[in-house]
Amino acid sequence: MTEFPILSLVTFLPLVGAGFILAIPGGDAEVVRRNARSVALWTSMITLLLSVFLWVQFDTTTAAFQFEERRAWMPAFNISYHLGVDGISMFFVLLTTLLTPICVLASWETVTDRVKEYMIAFLVMETMMVGMFSALDVVLFYVFFEGVLIPMFLIIGIWGGPRRVYAAFKFFLYTLTGSVLMLLAILAMYFTAGTADIPALMEYDFPADMQTWLWLAFFASFAVKLPMWPVHTWLPDAHVEAPTAGSVILAGVLLKFGGYGFLRFSLPMFPDATIEFAPLIFTLSVIAVIYVSLVALAQEDMKKLIAYSSVAHMGFVTVGVFSLTGQGIEGAIFMMLSHGVVSAALFLIVGVVYDRMHSRDISTYGGLVHRMPVYALTFMVFMLASVGLPGTGGFIGEFLILLGIFQVNTWVAALTATGVVLGAMYMLYMYRRVIFGKITKADLKAILDLSGREKMVLAPLILVILWMGLYPTPFLDVMHASVESLIEPFEQARAAASGVAVAGR
Amino acid sequence: MADVPNLMPALPEIFLVCAAMALLMLGVFQTGNEGKEGVKTAHLISNLSLTALVLTLLLVTTIASGPMRTFGGMFINDAFAVFFKVLVLIASALAITISQEYVTRQGIARLEFGVLILLATVGMMMMISANDLMAMYLGLEVQSLALYVLASFQRDDLRSTEAGLKYFVLGALASGLLLYGCSLVYGFSGTTSFDTLAALFGAHPAEAPSVGLVIGIVFILAGLAFKVSAVPFHMWTPDVYEGAPTPVTAFFSIGPKIAALALFLRIMIGPFGDLAAQWQQIVVFIAIASMVLGAFAAINQTNIKRLMAYSSIGHIGYALIGLAVAGQGGDGAVREAGIQGVLIYMAIYLFMNVGTFACILCMRRSDHMVEDIDDLAGLSKSHPMMALALAIFMFSMAGIPPLAGFFGKFYIFLAAVEAELYGLAVIGVLSSVVAAFYYLRIVKVMYFDALADSLEKPIGRDMAGVLVGTSLIILLFFAWPTPLLSAAAAATRGLFAG
Repeated sequence: MTEFPILSLVTFLPLVGAGFILAIPGGDAEVVRRNARSVALWTSMITLLLSVFLWVQFDTTTAAFQFEERRAWMPAFNISYHLGVDGISMFFVLLTTLLTPICVLASWETVTDRVKEYMIAFLVMETMMVGMFSALDVVLFYVFFEGVLIPMFLIIGIWGGPRRVYAAFKFFLYTLTGSVLMLLAILAMYFTAGTADIPALMEYDFPADMQTWLWLAFFASFAVKLPMWPVHTWLPDAHVEAPTAGSVILAGVLLKFGGYGFLRFSLPMFPDATIEFAPLIFTLSVIAVIYVSLVALAQEDMKKLIAYSSVAHMGFVTVGVFSLTGQGIEGAIFMMLSHGVVSAALFLIVGVVYDRMHSRDISTYGGLVHRMPVYALTFMVFMLASVGLPGTGGFIGEFLILLGIFQVNTWVAALTATGVVLGAMYMLYMYRRVIFGKITKADLKAILDLSGREKMVLAPLILVILWMGLYPTPFLDVMHASVESLIEPFEQARAAASGVAVAGR
Repeated sequence: MADVPNLMPALPEIFLVCAAMALLMLGVFQTGNEGKEGVKTAHLISNLSLTALVLTLLLVTTIASGPMRTFGGMFINDAFAVFFKVLVLIASALAITISQEYVTRQGIARLEFGVLILLATVGMMMMISANDLMAMYLGLEVQSLALYVLASFQRDDLRSTEAGLKYFVLGALASGLLLYGCSLVYGFSGTTSFDTLAALFGAHPAEAPSVGLVIGIVFILAGLAFKVSAVPFHMWTPDVYEGAPTPVTAFFSIGPKIAALALFLRIMIGPFGDLAAQWQQIVVFIAIASMVLGAFAAINQTNIKRLMAYSSIGHIGYALIGLAVAGQGGDGAVREAGIQGVLIYMAIYLFMNVGTFACILCMRRSDHMVEDIDDLAGLSKSHPMMALALAIFMFSMAGIPPLAGFFGKFYIFLAAVEAELYGLAVIGVLSSVVAAFYYLRIVKVMYFDALADSLEKPIGRDMAGVLVGTSLIILLFFAWPTPLLSAAAAATRGLFAG
């Protein structure tokens, strides 16, 4: 491996960019805005290129952490600045660095108020998110995990819709409540194992009764972040009120914190508790998939509908993660990635018409295909990807998850599979009402199709989602070794259990 | 000459007291103490006080290394004392710095201001170094008398005089409680020296102490809880904070609190360390009550100074968790972790609070001060940098990483979990979520609300300097925490060794 601290560079480069934006002198407001936008775009593009280099250099044959960096941080407490990625976290870093420039581009013309602060907030958030995914020290992890709240709170609250204050507070307090309990669990782990190093904690064998409490504390945090039913109610509010780019980051990356947390902490560190609590997760997930899909069907607000669909999709993810099989977990990671791209794109799609009509109500629209054919086509691609049509990234994820869970529990598999049908229902129903039919409203008659900038924003996402659907191997290859080592203890437990069953016969 | 005690350990205090008296004389004999001349004199005295504080700071840091006792063991100077003295001196210096502009504008620029702060500082340093019940009381009273006057410094303002009187009456009551406790302890143990008390209780750890002694300790605890404004002895805090002139409030919320907490730690760990079973539960209760009250009572406040009063009550609650940990017993490392947590917490608290009060002091509109939270509406548009600084302080107080306030809470909870005080830790983190609500409300008013009526511009140079300095400390603490951590560790070892 190279000695070059590339991971730190990817993490902190956006912060440097934010510093530059802060240093832009005042003066002509238009010039300041333009400079802020370009600095943000360039910074995030360079970060993206660097992170692609990370992928190129990634060694797919090993489950160990790569690009590791370790420096003393609080030596008296044996807490260090330790970064590294493995097959599980690698793509989340890429997802973050991919979506940030897209967010910057998407807000190019739509955000005109306090542009400097807006771009700083996004770049700071990128640092926090990348840091969160690559942190290999629990305290460092927690710092990044919680630090995200500050920029997101400000983004929702300053640039959001009419009920933004309520949504921002709800988002902040909900997630904070979950997280502080996790903080206590982290401290308890730190004292029991005597280290804050994540790889060392993964090796450590926590006593069974302690695992239960630790698992529950982490669950409190991740279930809110993910979000799982019944603590998902902050999500529709936050999504609806957030500005388009805020929703993109929220759905694209922030929701993945929970799933990533389960994979990084709950599964490897508390395997006994994980097996014990899997039925609970299955129950909540099945409710999320079926009930929340039905709720989505009844929505009149497009952003709210997509928000609920995210909750339902995250239900798939948790089922896949807790199936504890190779396919299930790889499917879950894949689903998080494809959902990150698809839901981000869907929010951008809604943002396009919102910028023109300033309404998110489905009933405002209808017949858009006549005026906006390119838009209708783009929308269709992402809508079908969200439904999970073969050939798009959504399909691979759903298929692998169902494959994984089917080996473990047929009933859960069957109930989860209904979610696929329900997903098709609410998505197609919305699509038909927005896109097809006759244009009846006068103000829709002059609506314009996608502009060059909007095409530029959406085109890379289409490419990614088709690539993921048609040729998923490069993605799956990267995860494979890490997932294998993650499920190893569970495979052994299963083998031992069936061995006992055979012996008892 | 054998009778002259060694003055070296107390040199900083002696220097400061001489400086205060010299400045008083200088001020009195300046020509003209009225009108413009008076303001000039007051400025001169303030600047010289600042210099005196800085020199004392240098003295404090250069003199001491090992623990040194003098005046027959009544006065001790160890690493623990040095740590807290540095904090208190920084607090006093910053308080004088941020008050200059205010006192001039409010027409209360009098030479006594700087001198009184110096005298209060001497009292606080005495408290920190006290190693005897008498020395402790002496220090406490020197500090309190100066503070009573400071609270009512704006003497033609009704609220300020009321605050001073309230503080005086309740403070006198608390001093009485404390003194009564001291006399009980003396009566049942026969000594006032901390060292002798510690040796006495350490020699017979198995024996249950007499009831009178326990009552004495409880009285002392109550008196100290009043001084740090912990629940249930917090009632004076909101009124005094609201009524006193704002720079004085800023000073109240840091200097005296830090000094009283230092005394609290020393007396509980030193002489009464082996009686922890008797007082630990009380401290646990006080900590919980302070955190919860600080969190809930602040929600409905509209005046930012009252809000800060409740916020400081809550912060003291968190700091006391550390003391509860130290009283939990167990092995030495756990107890040290608790005390170390308190030291780190108070150091960070100092900078957050000074910064916040500097912001409050900038809340001026057409030449009068405004104190409502709603007056901050749209601050991010009119004063982007000040709003950013205040937002940093608020997020830090709420304990959101990566700001310094998070690390303060982190070390406290670290200790609590290590001592297996899980209940305390869970209540602590949950009340921090409640408290986050009102800190966020200030951010919301500044950033989300529309600009109504802009506050006066521009911010003075001193004030801007303090704001930039404190906010950078809070923002960048995470990058290099080691200096504070190792200083706190050394101070903690000093306390347990002494």
